[in-house]
Amino acid sequence: MKLFTKILQIGLATEDLAGEVRRQADRRFGRAVAIRQVDAGSCNGCEIEISGLSSPVYDLERFGLHFVASPRHADLLLVTGPVTLNMRTPLRRTWEATPDPKLVVAIGDCAHDCGVFAGSYAVAGRVQDVIPVDAVVTGCPPAPADILRGILAALGRNGESGR
Amino acid sequence: MSATSLDPLFWAMCGGFAIAASGALAPAPRVARAVTAIGSVAGAAAGLWLACLVLAGAGTVSIVMPSVLAAAGGLSFHLDRLGAVFLAVIGGVTIPVAIYGFGYTGGYGSRYSMRWMSLQTGVFLLSMSLVVAASNVLTFLLAWELMAVTSWLLVITEHDRPDAVRGGLWYLAMTHMGLLALLAAFFLLGGDQTGAWPFEALRDGAANLPPGTRNAIFLLALLGFGSKAGLVPVHVWLPRAHPAAPSHVSALMSAVMVKLGIYGLLRVALDLLGGGPAWWGVLLVAAGAVTALTGVLYALVDDDLKRLLAYSTVENVGLIVLGTGAGFLFLSLAQPTAAALAFAAALLHVVNHAAFKGVLFLGAGAVLHATGERDINRLGGLIKRTPWTAAAFLVGALSIAALPPFNGFVSEWLLFQSFLPGVASSRASVAVLLTLGVGALALTGGLAAATFVKAFGISFLAMPRSPEAANAHEAGWAMRAGMVMLALACPALAILTVPVLSAIGGALGGVGGLPAASTTFRLGVILETPHALARMSPVIIMAVLAAAGIGVWMAMRLVSRGSRRIDDTWGCGRIGQTSRMEYTSTAFAEPLRRIFGELYRPTDDLTVTEQPGSPYHIQAISYRTQLHPWFERGIYDPLVRATQTAASRVRALQSGSINAYLAYIVLVLVVLLGMVIGF
Amino acid sequence: MFDMAGIAVEIGQALLSLALAPALVGLIRWLKARMQNRRGAPIWQPYAELRKLFRKDMVVSRQASWIFHLAPFVIFGSTIVVSLLVPVLVTPLPFNAVADLFAVVYLLLLGTAFLALAGLDTGSAFGGMGSSREMTIAAISEPAIALAILSLALAAGSTNLGEIAARTIARPSSALSPGHVMAFVALFIVMLAETGRLPVDNPATHLELTMIHEAMILEYSGPYLALVEWASWLKLFVFATLAGNLFVPWGLATSLAPAALAIAFASTLVKLVIIAAGVAVLETRVAKLRLFRVPELLAVSFVLGLLAVASSFSVR
Repeated sequence: MKLFTKILQIGLATEDLAGEVRRQADRRFGRAVAIRQVDAGSCNGCEIEISGLSSPVYDLERFGLHFVASPRHADLLLVTGPVTLNMRTPLRRTWEATPDPKLVVAIGDCAHDCGVFAGSYAVAGRVQDVIPVDAVVTGCPPAPADILRGILAALGRNGESGR
Repeated sequence: MSATSLDPLFWAMCGGFAIAASGALAPAPRVARAVTAIGSVAGAAAGLWLACLVLAGAGTVSIVMPSVLAAAGGLSFHLDRLGAVFLAVIGGVTIPVAIYGFGYTGGYGSRYSMRWMSLQTGVFLLSMSLVVAASNVLTFLLAWELMAVTSWLLVITEHDRPDAVRGGLWYLAMTHMGLLALLAAFFLLGGDQTGAWPFEALRDGAANLPPGTRNAIFLLALLGFGSKAGLVPVHVWLPRAHPAAPSHVSALMSAVMVKLGIYGLLRVALDLLGGGPAWWGVLLVAAGAVTALTGVLYALVDDDLKRLLAYSTVENVGLIVLGTGAGFLFLSLAQPTAAALAFAAALLHVVNHAAFKGVLFLGAGAVLHATGERDINRLGGLIKRTPWTAAAFLVGALSIAALPPFNGFVSEWLLFQSFLPGVASSRASVAVLLTLGVGALALTGGLAAATFVKAFGISFLAMPRSPEAANAHEAGWAMRAGMVMLALACPALAILTVPVLSAIGGALGGVGGLPAASTTFRLGVILETPHALARMSPVIIMAVLAAAGIGVWMAMRLVSRGSRRIDDTWGCGRIGQTSRMEYTSTAFAEPLRRIFGELYRPTDDLTVTEQPGSPYHIQAISYRTQLHPWFERGIYDPLVRATQTAASRVRALQSGSINAYLAYIVLVLVVLLGMVIGF
Repeated sequence: MFDMAGIAVEIGQALLSLALAPALVGLIRWLKARMQNRRGAPIWQPYAELRKLFRKDMVVSRQASWIFHLAPFVIFGSTIVVSLLVPVLVTPLPFNAVADLFAVVYLLLLGTAFLALAGLDTGSAFGGMGSSREMTIAAISEPAIALAILSLALAAGSTNLGEIAARTIARPSSALSPGHVMAFVALFIVMLAETGRLPVDNPATHLELTMIHEAMILEYSGPYLALVEWASWLKLFVFATLAGNLFVPWGLATSLAPAALAIAFASTLVKLVIIAAGVAVLETRVAKLRLFRVPELLAVSFVLGLLAVASSFSVR
């Protein structure tokens, strides 16, 4: 019972980003987007911010977004990290395993231009050198709210090249 | 009911099998195989037609040959409706199996004698048909022994393989142990009667036997017929002999021959003795439940495809005996309608099991023929290389897992329903026993589904796990024809449940005091059990399932707009996929093996080799686990050891000394002369 | 029975079940979200997911055979046939004589078996693991569900669903008998096991090693995935309707009068909402069981079924 008392005491914890979201989240996927997160060699800073998205504070499920385990189920790939040599092929294969129509959002400075790891011997290149990218969210790491806005921006693009 | 004599058709059947046996005189192996196939099909067709006529009440077979073996009383045959059910099973399974056998034995001609095999096959089929038609003890036992010997010879066809010879030895020993029990049972039954002990005389005389004798006869008959059928613990020959035999012979043995054990039990305990006290039924229900669970548990963890099917036969025999036991129980409680339902459910399972076990063994034989492998862990990907075999095996697997809309589901449903009147009974012990019986039935059904998802899924799906599986070739036309015929029989039997069940009900009517078919259950498109306890229609379920599936497919074609792309199986982005990454048969059954670990008692052997000089650095780890039926060790090892000890003591007599042998001859002569003079 | 009115009732019931099943799952998800202090997706989110999936492309594995393509239709078809048999609004149904509770259980097992085969078909280790675990749980939940059915059938004198519902309506006091309650709990536990809810299987997990149902569908995409997901939601709907309308059948319409149907619709909705709330609360409260603790849970269900049968015997 203590659990339920606590639930009632805390109440709703979600921040309100409703306005712009409602307008944008309806385009190509009709309010249901499955996201598959791919770590292409990141330091996990971006991952921690992304995991904040499923917390009660940001709650991406209210926008119809949810994380899935298999790229076959996914509509959107969320890629973090500079693409290391060992992750180049798996990233490419993950992208090929995802059915069309699909989008790719690159999260973080590392995904954008390799960040602090630029020029390293273990890095193969940027995410957009391996797979086509539809949106980029810069930051090291970017805040969850910015990640959410980036995802929604990618979703909001109408008929542009996102394949 | 007309009294037309169907004797000519009976002789035609025997003639057909005799033609099959005459392949022994053929000039070439190919001719021998063809003659066997043609003769078997002809004889089986005649037998099937004869059985259908007898079941429809269009005539009888009554042949008495007092001149043959006159000193022992002469032979006599009378095919009544109970025997006709089993004769129909024999005929129905033999036709596809014989056609299949023609293709399967193609590779045998150079290594094993096809003429010898022709003779064995013909006589085996003939003896099975004579067993169900026998109407006196001499004929029955003669046909029984002939069936045992010819089937043993067929089991050891591949005599260069040690497991075949060993399996044959187990089979021979156990079938003769069973024969001894049967001899004792029939002697007790015949008692002080003279002549050939025809079954009518035994039936009339049985009513006057004291209860102790009747119980002894029942137990001896249970031992003898139970060992043929495959009841635990006298089933041990089944998993050794059936896998070793050629696949079409395994199909015949599993689908037909073990059912003759059921036939014998029904004939002696139900027909001749007319039922007995309640504990007969209780014993049968308990034995059936234990057999069913043991069979399915060992089938689940087996990696040898044919031994898995053999254990599955043990399981299904357990289910049949479960139904039979419920029937005897109800009969002793003066509930003849419920008893008739239980017996009918058991007999329906006899018919249905023959169909799907037949197709499963034929499919396993085709796999063996294509890859040379019986180990499931070395198969895989066969659905693309041998599509016909895969489709037939799938139908068999779905049927044996009791999934609608196939025939296995109908007989499992009927078995469940036959238990309900008992659970509703006013006697607490009966209600508890039959409730546990329902639980055992349900658990067996679930485990069987898991077993056959494993058997089909790992053998046929995904990628081949060995080069032999990768190079598999589809079976020839004869093997395919046999498999397709039996595979089509499974849904056909589901659709034809009503006629089959009414024939079975007619066969049971009047036997041992059971009521006639029409009062047992109403049959139309909808199956309805007595007193409308439950209703189900296999035909409508099949039709609605098909309609639903097709409707969904058409709706999806309209709604979905996407295209299709081929890509590798998702493996977290790893490069390449090999068969090493697939699930194996051992792995599939592992959770259930752990859950039932106390029942299995596997022996595990873990060896850890360390680096010399450092106990913390491991060089190699070796793990070996073995699952041997532990109760066999407890029951059979002492028996085998005692027999060997006794045999070695007796061997002391064979000293090799001529003087000793001459002394033996003189001694026995003196004793015999003394006996003759004394009388 | 097979006149136009009967067929119309059956088809209407199938369509209604198909329409309501996603809402049931959406409701459970929404309740769980609220209990996690989040907003959660709206209740009609599953409909959006289905709509999206039907319009997506499909990626099919190179190793897949025709089993992979056939399985979604068998799974969906068999679940639809079950939805034709379970009383949602009307009892007795026109198809009441076609199949009874045992047939319902085995039809669901047909879908499970084909899903397991599809999991094995692509040769992925995840799929094999999911298939193995799914068949294990299906096998050991069979005796539990058989005894629950048996206790219901004993009271009603038949295993046909119409008779069971009619018997409970005729004797309201039997709904509170210990046997009835124990059978309900036994069936509830089996429902959790068969539909892959906590504590047996977490439907929202991303860790493949903890998956049972999800592992088998990892290879499905697009319309096939939509069919398989919808079928699993429909299975939950069917179980919830069974639990509600067999054990608490008041409100079910016995005729096709509009007023009776409206009352039946409202009462079924109420029962479904209560069961959904129960499932959501349970999923929030308990953690997932280790796979080898699940047989213990199902053994509890089996014993409850056995006690239910024994109690209905002693009442006589």
